[in-house]
Amino acid sequence: MLIRKPDDIPSSEITPERVYINRREFIGKTAGIALGGATGGALIGGAVGGGFMVGPGTAAAQTSPGGQRDWSGVVSEMGEELTPYEDVTSYNNFYEFGTQKDDPFKNAHTLQPRPWTIEVGGMCANPGVYGLEDFIKPGTMEDRIYRMRCVEAWSMVIPWYGFALKDVIDRAAPLGSARYVEFKTLHDPVQMPGQRSRVLYWPYVEGLRLDEARHPLTILATGVYGRDLPNQNGAPIRLVVPWKYGFKGIKSIVSMTFMEQEPYNSWKRAAASEYGFYANVNPAVNHPRWSQARERRLGEFRRRETLLFNGYVDQVASLYAGMDLRVYY
Amino acid sequence: MKRRRLLLKGLVWVLGLAPLVWLLWRGFTDRLGANPIEEVLHRLGDTALIALLVTLSITPIRRLTGWNSLAPLRRPVGLFAFFYLTMHFLWYSVVDQTLDLAFIIEDIVERPYILAGVTAWLLLIPLAVTSTKGWIRRLKKNWKRLHRLVYVATSLGVLHFYWQVKADTYWPLVATTVLVVLMLLRFRWRRA
Ligand code: HEM
Repeated sequence: MLIRKPDDIPSSEITPERVYINRREFIGKTAGIALGGATGGALIGGAVGGGFMVGPGTAAAQTSPGGQRDWSGVVSEMGEELTPYEDVTSYNNFYEFGTQKDDPFKNAHTLQPRPWTIEVGGMCANPGVYGLEDFIKPGTMEDRIYRMRCVEAWSMVIPWYGFALKDVIDRAAPLGSARYVEFKTLHDPVQMPGQRSRVLYWPYVEGLRLDEARHPLTILATGVYGRDLPNQNGAPIRLVVPWKYGFKGIKSIVSMTFMEQEPYNSWKRAAASEYGFYANVNPAVNHPRWSQARERRLGEFRRRETLLFNGYVDQVASLYAGMDLRVYY
Repeated sequence: MKRRRLLLKGLVWVLGLAPLVWLLWRGFTDRLGANPIEEVLHRLGDTALIALLVTLSITPIRRLTGWNSLAPLRRPVGLFAFFYLTMHFLWYSVVDQTLDLAFIIEDIVERPYILAGVTAWLLLIPLAVTSTKGWIRRLKKNWKRLHRLVYVATSLGVLHFYWQVKADTYWPLVATTVLVVLMLLRFRWRRA
């Protein structure tokens, strides 16, 4: 499968020599992981396993050096090819813009991702309202290649651009009694016309246990393929939790609240027998209406086996030690 | 009269083949989106369901308008429905599930929406087989009785559609409404 190039970057700009050299290094590092986990100090993702970092940028920059990178030949830590940019940005579940997969691509132009504010509140020492640039300041921006497994049994491999959620949690300083963090999407039927129809409870709500939220694999993404998130992918900032089903990755976030009780996430509220709070990828626990044992990786013909915790089992299994994953699905 | 009938038949063929040509064109020009296998499966399912509902609406329209020349269209439209349904089933088993029998059987046994679809398809096989003039003559009164199964099959098809939806029940509800209206019309005429 060919990795198509983002079409609005002139080809003359795609691979400046400096980046090209970086890319050689980067591929070398990837090979290192593949050959048995030789992890350099810079390879944060490699060290925690799973996704990995390439070329750190600065938190203030909205576009990484990766935006200039030639992504062809870049693969995940398991050697998987990336899903093409065109597919990542045209096949989305974002019911705020309609329930068909191509609706967000067609309709999300009404969203205005700048200016954007995010409210941090609830049980924390440092609540506040931040503009986007200020909100992401504590974060170290990096590219992370993650598998994305949708609860509907399809999957992609996506190079996100973002930073560890932990970075902004630490600044907020949650109180000892806080156990969860809850996120909300913008609620504005003018910008998000899908909210005029009652297919879900608006605004969209998602949440994590604090230990999940602080896990090094959990990130807030502001970009994909090194460029700003397109609206249909959850601009300007979204959650990515690669070992959970995609619906946990709440988009266009406007609030982050620390709390003691478990957040009541939108899909659980819509159908609690089908979607839980945890939503960990698990081939052994079927959705009541379809099998989770296999998945279709977009671009592939035959379905492939789904991996426990989406292949991040070594990194995250300890979070759920002693829990019955059939009960906490 | 004869020309009109021919024209109508031609129209049925053009409309009946259009979804197939459209899918083929999109396939050959790489316009099926990021998940072409799912896209084709869904469009074949939509087309089959629409064709079934159109089949069921021919008689009511004929009664309401008095256009008796519509009657002979039931057979070709019904057969187009069966054709798309069979394509839908084959696409599911051969392309989507790559003939992995264990998974197909698990799907049929464990997922009511698949069971409903398969039952509907199985019910329609004898109807497709007996759609010829010879069978109409041979089965006499029983032919009509047998072909009432199309209501059962279409209901199961709508249920199949409804059960698979995650949250947006708009189109399944539209299909249900159309089906219920068509059934009520039939009941009224049978009573009258
Ligand atoms: C009267 C019979 C049937 C009708 C009317 C029908 C119709 C449909 C429709 C309308 C859809 C949804 C398309 C969309 O989302 O727009 C669909 C999806 C589907 N159908 Fe059928 N179908 C029938 C029989 C079958 C059979 C026999 C099978 C296979 C054993 C099957 C398997 C599926 C599958 C797997 C889906 C996709 C479900 C998903 O994506 O979650 N159907 N069908």
